[in-house]
Amino acid sequence: MLMADLVRWTSQKTPLLTDSGENGGYRVDAREWKAAADDGGKAHMAPYESDDNVTAADAEELRSARRRKAARYVVPATVVGIAAATIGLVPALADSGDPDLPKISAQELIEKIAASDVQQLSGTVKITTDLGLPDLGGLESSLGSAAGPSGSGDGSSADPSTKLTELASGTHTLRVASDGEDKQKVSLLEDAAEYSLIHNGKDVWGYDSKSNSVFHTTASESDGKQKEELPATPKDLAEEALKAADKTTSVTVDGTAQVAGRDAYRLVIKPKDEGSTVGQITVAVDSKTGLPLKFTLTPASGGSAVVDAGFTQVSFAKPAASTFDFTPPKGAKVEEGDAAKAPERSERSEHPGDFGKGSVDELGKGGPEGLNVIGDGWDSIATFDTGGQGVPSGSEVGGDVGGFLDSLGDKVSGKFGEGTVFKTRLINALITDDGKVYVGAVTKDALVKAAEAAK
Amino acid sequence: MSQVEAGALGPQPARSRRTTFRATLFRNELLTTFRRWRTLALLAVLAAVPILVGIAVKIETGDGDSAGGGGGPAFISQITNNGLFLVFTALAATLPFFLPMSIGVIAGDAIAGEANAGTLRYLLVAPAGRTRLLLTKYTTVMAFCLVATLVVALSALAVGAILFPLGDLTTISGTRITFAEGLGRALLIALVVAASLTGVAALGLFVSTLTNSGIAAMATTVGLLITVQILDQIPQLHALQPYFFSHYWLSFADLMREPVYWDDLVKNLGLQALYAAVFGSAAWARFMAKDITA
Repeated sequence: MLMADLVRWTSQKTPLLTDSGENGGYRVDAREWKAAADDGGKAHMAPYESDDNVTAADAEELRSARRRKAARYVVPATVVGIAAATIGLVPALADSGDPDLPKISAQELIEKIAASDVQQLSGTVKITTDLGLPDLGGLESSLGSAAGPSGSGDGSSADPSTKLTELASGTHTLRVASDGEDKQKVSLLEDAAEYSLIHNGKDVWGYDSKSNSVFHTTASESDGKQKEELPATPKDLAEEALKAADKTTSVTVDGTAQVAGRDAYRLVIKPKDEGSTVGQITVAVDSKTGLPLKFTLTPASGGSAVVDAGFTQVSFAKPAASTFDFTPPKGAKVEEGDAAKAPERSERSEHPGDFGKGSVDELGKGGPEGLNVIGDGWDSIATFDTGGQGVPSGSEVGGDVGGFLDSLGDKVSGKFGEGTVFKTRLINALITDDGKVYVGAVTKDALVKAAEAAK
Repeated sequence: MSQVEAGALGPQPARSRRTTFRATLFRNELLTTFRRWRTLALLAVLAAVPILVGIAVKIETGDGDSAGGGGGPAFISQITNNGLFLVFTALAATLPFFLPMSIGVIAGDAIAGEANAGTLRYLLVAPAGRTRLLLTKYTTVMAFCLVATLVVALSALAVGAILFPLGDLTTISGTRITFAEGLGRALLIALVVAASLTGVAALGLFVSTLTNSGIAAMATTVGLLITVQILDQIPQLHALQPYFFSHYWLSFADLMREPVYWDDLVKNLGLQALYAAVFGSAAWARFMAKDITA
């Protein structure tokens, strides 16, 4: 601030010099300032109305001023305290406990899910997957695009199957909207971008806003195909889980829960077999509509859920019609999907959401030649012969690469010879040195037993 | 004293006098800030960013390809189809560093700069009171946040309109909105970006009350900004990251979803309000207790 400003102020506003209060307790008058500013500039320290004599009252005034100074820091400290308390307490208070709902048997609840006919809904789904795979980071997405059928190599395809690999790890937010059988939309929310899959009538559009590319195919064969391609909603996952439910499974109703602000029953699906890596599956079913709202799969080994997908917000109102309208933006790359290839794609893309018997059945249909399934229920193990040499052991390859191979799998040996077990938190695989592969949602011991029995 | 009182005590009521005074103080601050060469240079740099981005995209896409190919700042691949997207890209490109850096310079300078130049005590001689002076300073910094953001947005809009076509646009959710609605969202986004900077502004003001050296305050604020941005990238700190003031900055892009995804936007605004409250009151506590020696 320039001296000129000061002069302007003082000349304009001099009357206010006699104004008390607003000055933090330090009243200044012009004469005092002239004297004080010249010897050290302690203008604000000029004591109340005392030019010439320092009294006891004055000392008291100074002491209380010092106390007031310290007391001021209470304000920011209080703000921090209130904020911390709010962040800590509000979720605890909002959790109003489990709702009180009439008793229902597991059978009735399953029928309720089956009868559920929610045509119109929109909501937000949070899905967390932790398969225990090593974090491949960027490599994973490049693998994903390489695996996509487009094969165009630019890695920016809007093909749905390239996006599915992203769902296989980490936490993602999806938005779903549905209006009858002909109109559905699933959007994967990314940082400042979004991947949308829109089914409207006979058109299926995939739009990737990050690369501004569009994928288009026609849904001529089945209405349900759209859903099959992204088995990410709790309903899809729950249906897959119930498919696997038979005599090897215990299904019970275990109390109630609140999901996305709605009252829900908790359906617990547990494999009876001991060799399974699946601990239990919990499905929260909306008490009014029978719609599964939350799906949690915990592994037998304990720890965090392998798959946790649930609505964080849901509404059963009719979504706006414009939600499902899509015209490719100007200048966007449009890639036409081959309708004939679509079933193959959807079948393949179901795997990330599959487990137990369901996945084995899928493998049985679409897997390589010579595939067998050993056992049934949750313990079933898929086996096939690659005819190759198995995985070379670290010592054969030697060096860093060998060490890397060894770190990926555990060496096992048995009547079948030697082999390597590759473990995730859900699916384990045994590859023997004579090229046989055993895969299943079962423990390492169960795999070894199966391999020995096959010998 | 008496002659002064006699001369200036008018018939007007005290309240309106005070209001006028507050407005004068604010106007003086605003003029002083925006008349500085430093401020004008910062604004010029900010205005240059969209020009550079626009020209780079124009050159790169001369052969008809879309820019970015999935990389680069948000929205960059859509610029060629609609110049309005340059506004969003420019804001996304300047928000992580250029904008908060210039806020850090202005906020860091607010108190410490006055102390450095030896003008702080003169400011306090005027009967503004420390609280009011601090509030005026903070308001001025916030005004600069808004002006800086609008400078980026308007420069981007002008460059986008000159170099690229305008028209209806596609939201990132794939739905279409009219150009007028797009402009409305661009304005909303600019306001949200300006609001995202209030946390840094309060932090800078607090740092500014700690020292008498303007340069030290600016350097500390900008240094804190860079440190927090780096910490925000370290995965091991994910439990702390939601409380970093920069964590939700890019949530402004959620305004381009249809329907708008409010969760992160609300978190961002709440976090900025928290930073403003904590560091604003800390600055107040410090400034009230400070010995003004310069």
